[in-house]
Amino acid sequence: MKILRLRVFVRALLAVAPFLLLVSLALHAQAPDRSVAPKPGALPALKLPAIQKRTLSNGLPVWIVELHKVPVVQVSLVVKAGSGADAPGKYGIASLTADMLDEGAGSRDALQIADAVDYLGATLSTDSTSDASSIELHVPVTRLTEALPIMADVALRPTFPDDELKRVRADLLTSFIEAEDDPETLIQFAFPRLVYGPRHRYGTLSGGTAATVKGLTAADLRQFHSQRYVPSNSVLIVTGDISAADAAARLESAFGAWKGAPMPTAAIPTAAQLTSRQVYLVDKPGAAQSQIRIGWIGVPRSTPDYFALRVLNTILGGSFTSRLNQNLREEHGYAYGAGSTFDMRASAGPFYASAGVQTDKTSEALKEFFNELDAIRKPISPEEIEKAKNYLALLMPRNFETTERLAGSLAQMFIYSLPDDYFATYTQRVRAVTPADVQRVAERYIQPDKFAVVIVGDRKVIEPGISALNLGSLKIVETSEVMK
Amino acid sequence: MIRRLLLATLLIPLNLVAADAQPAKAEQRPATSGPAITQPARRQSPPVTRPTSLAVPFTQFTLPNGLHVILHEDHTVPLVTVNVWYHVGSAREKPGRTGLAHLFEHLMFEGSGHVKEGEFDTLLESAGATNNGSTQNDRTNYYIDAPANAVDLALFLESDRMGYLLDAMSPERVNGQRDVVKNERRQSYENAPYGMASIEIDKMMFPEGHPYRWPTIGYMEDLTAASYEDVVEFFRKYYQPANASLVIAGDIDPAKTRALVEKWFADVKPGSGPVPPIDYPRAMLASVTRKTIEDRVQLPRLYISWITPPLFKPGDAELDVVSQILAGGKNSRLYKRLVYDLQIAQDVTAFQASAALDSQFQIVVTARPGDPKSTPTALIERIKGIVDEEIAKLQQAPPTAREFQRAINQIEASFYNRMESVGGFGGKGDQLNAYYTATGNPDYFNEDLSRYRALSAGDIQAAAAFWLPANRRVELTVEPMKAAEPGKHE
Repeated sequence: MKILRLRVFVRALLAVAPFLLLVSLALHAQAPDRSVAPKPGALPALKLPAIQKRTLSNGLPVWIVELHKVPVVQVSLVVKAGSGADAPGKYGIASLTADMLDEGAGSRDALQIADAVDYLGATLSTDSTSDASSIELHVPVTRLTEALPIMADVALRPTFPDDELKRVRADLLTSFIEAEDDPETLIQFAFPRLVYGPRHRYGTLSGGTAATVKGLTAADLRQFHSQRYVPSNSVLIVTGDISAADAAARLESAFGAWKGAPMPTAAIPTAAQLTSRQVYLVDKPGAAQSQIRIGWIGVPRSTPDYFALRVLNTILGGSFTSRLNQNLREEHGYAYGAGSTFDMRASAGPFYASAGVQTDKTSEALKEFFNELDAIRKPISPEEIEKAKNYLALLMPRNFETTERLAGSLAQMFIYSLPDDYFATYTQRVRAVTPADVQRVAERYIQPDKFAVVIVGDRKVIEPGISALNLGSLKIVETSEVMK
Repeated sequence: MIRRLLLATLLIPLNLVAADAQPAKAEQRPATSGPAITQPARRQSPPVTRPTSLAVPFTQFTLPNGLHVILHEDHTVPLVTVNVWYHVGSAREKPGRTGLAHLFEHLMFEGSGHVKEGEFDTLLESAGATNNGSTQNDRTNYYIDAPANAVDLALFLESDRMGYLLDAMSPERVNGQRDVVKNERRQSYENAPYGMASIEIDKMMFPEGHPYRWPTIGYMEDLTAASYEDVVEFFRKYYQPANASLVIAGDIDPAKTRALVEKWFADVKPGSGPVPPIDYPRAMLASVTRKTIEDRVQLPRLYISWITPPLFKPGDAELDVVSQILAGGKNSRLYKRLVYDLQIAQDVTAFQASAALDSQFQIVVTARPGDPKSTPTALIERIKGIVDEEIAKLQQAPPTAREFQRAINQIEASFYNRMESVGGFGGKGDQLNAYYTATGNPDYFNEDLSRYRALSAGDIQAAAAFWLPANRRVELTVEPMKAAEPGKHE
């Protein structure tokens, strides 16, 4: 890096020096020296937000970060009750439970909850991911007093009315139909199903399938809620324009009486890794693009290789200048964008490289995907690694700018039991990644000859080209098979 | 049209609910001639006292070359946004060259006189910065979000492409981004469910020659036709400092930042001066235009669209409130009836898409197939009948006090939420530029909010009655292709 800079500097000096001798200083002041891009100055100090930790009388932890900029507050209840632990046959229960929380709670019905929340200018959302469910309130600080009891009802006292469940279920079932129509959505169903199979929980999206959703009853949801939404499993996160003392007092009255015994849940088993390359094609007659996902089973969030993998993925497909995007978009113009992801969860989530490519360039694009996946296993220049490390390390302050992003960062700390100094040491841990680390994780986690290749596209047009590549045996997969 | 998918969209797990994002507001220029119609009179509501001010303090100056510069301090985190608006969008395109403004936007990232191809992004990523650009009918915007220590670099890059883009332009670069943009069109329009609907609607809404008639993404054949010479001409005409405004917001020292701006933009040559606003008469629909198209979808969808007042003109704020009352939340009239009570629709959205020459008010309903004997056409007709009933009710009586205040409170809260972020699309930097472009005042936040606070329930009824006539609008239905009907699609 240093040597490179020096060379640039010398070249620039040679070009400019004779000129400088002849021209007045005034002219020099008018036209800036554009021969060398200005190097960023000393890094600004980041004041890490102080997390003020409290505990309610029922043992529920409260994490507060004051952010006095805009008169709004975000309150999130995060519960370690994600879809990853859905029992076989009940896939979708965590997700549907979260969906139903605001469809009747306390003394209010679904319409009354929505009316009260909207009237306060608040948003109250409920969500469920693989590892957690959450209830998030975002509200003007002047309306917090009125909004908090509604949030507490929704989180702690949902009523799961049968008629609302019937309606929400019909909505969900229709959205499965919509998913079939959108190749970008369909591949999100197809890829995990073909990598993990129907029996591992990660082979089905959080929402479950039409069959499992049809089987879920209000009694199921009530039981799930009472067993899994308990204080010992949860945290309250408060960010925004409020003092810690004030927040803690309000939360004590809204959540302090919440009780519930912890219920142990089994760890999510690690799925069996793929052992040979297989190509899957889901037919979409007439599609203008082919959606492509290539990958296998990746790593859990707890992997000791976390930072090395983040650096690796930034280089491979996690940034605009990443190799996949440069190749498929900038160099060849086959795609609007290309990237890669390590989807890290409690257990090993998928790794995949992905893009939507124009139909008539599908096989060419696949070839380039594999060129990059093979190349990333070879030594990477120190400059490329340095760029990726800088990018990751210097982007970090964004996580603290808004109440919502701050709350999201804190939720990650809770869900994955990250150490208290996680953000304080983040930058140095990114910096500590060496080229040898990157090479080691590339060889271990990127093994293209074992990857599943999943394509959603116009079979009639693309199948001959795909077959000719001889990537592996080709299997035609029905849409119904990946959706069921 | 944005230059790239935000990275997050590649990573987001499935969101099962198909939501139509409301188009962002575009810039406004005064309409020079309007239809000979009288606006509904606006009643005054009693003033509501609210303690919090929405002020976004700024300083501004104009460089000798005509570039207008706005600075705003926010020291929450050590980040700075450099946000540029060029006052040109797809409305300036010539026939046969639709999509050029957006293709041009892509070329702004490919290097300039002193920045080699690929270096723009490499230098920024090495500094921990992100960037993007987007194109609408009336404007094109760009941002660089960078750590505070990299403002110098961001201004070097921004000034270099403003001053020296053509030094690095070549037919090859145009070809490269032409392919990328064509794939953007395939991804966002041709291969996306209902993706072609907006293109059809614009054609039905605006007469031949109207600057909003063609899509910002462009017609495929025009993207093929765009040439290096077109790009050069476009740059010379529209990408000059007097036709742009620059906002630098975040963790800055205003005096030092001003010195840096003066340093880097001093040698950007002035062009021929600001481009005068587009002079085009307000569009008017004389009757109902109906069309049905087929798509590879299983759920039929109905679009109804009206031509409505431009951004910040009387009626514009009222129609934002109308959209809330019709489709904002579970208790909104259309959502409650179609989605909640009858359950014959999967989703309903309504929005006022404000723009400089003419806005569009649009209602979109996705039907839920129920009775297998019912045809898509019959489903859509039933939904349309109910939509019309609900609009008629709002036209005949004002919304209840609760409904009205609920909508106003939601809009007011959205103003606070918009103050949280400095950078990116929709951050404070972008909003300062949007307000400056539309009104001449970057800190127009309070004035904008006052538009809504000044309304009464009667104003909402009057706007619905005046601007949403049943006999002058566009109706587009998207029906499933035979091969894509439920149960027959494989």
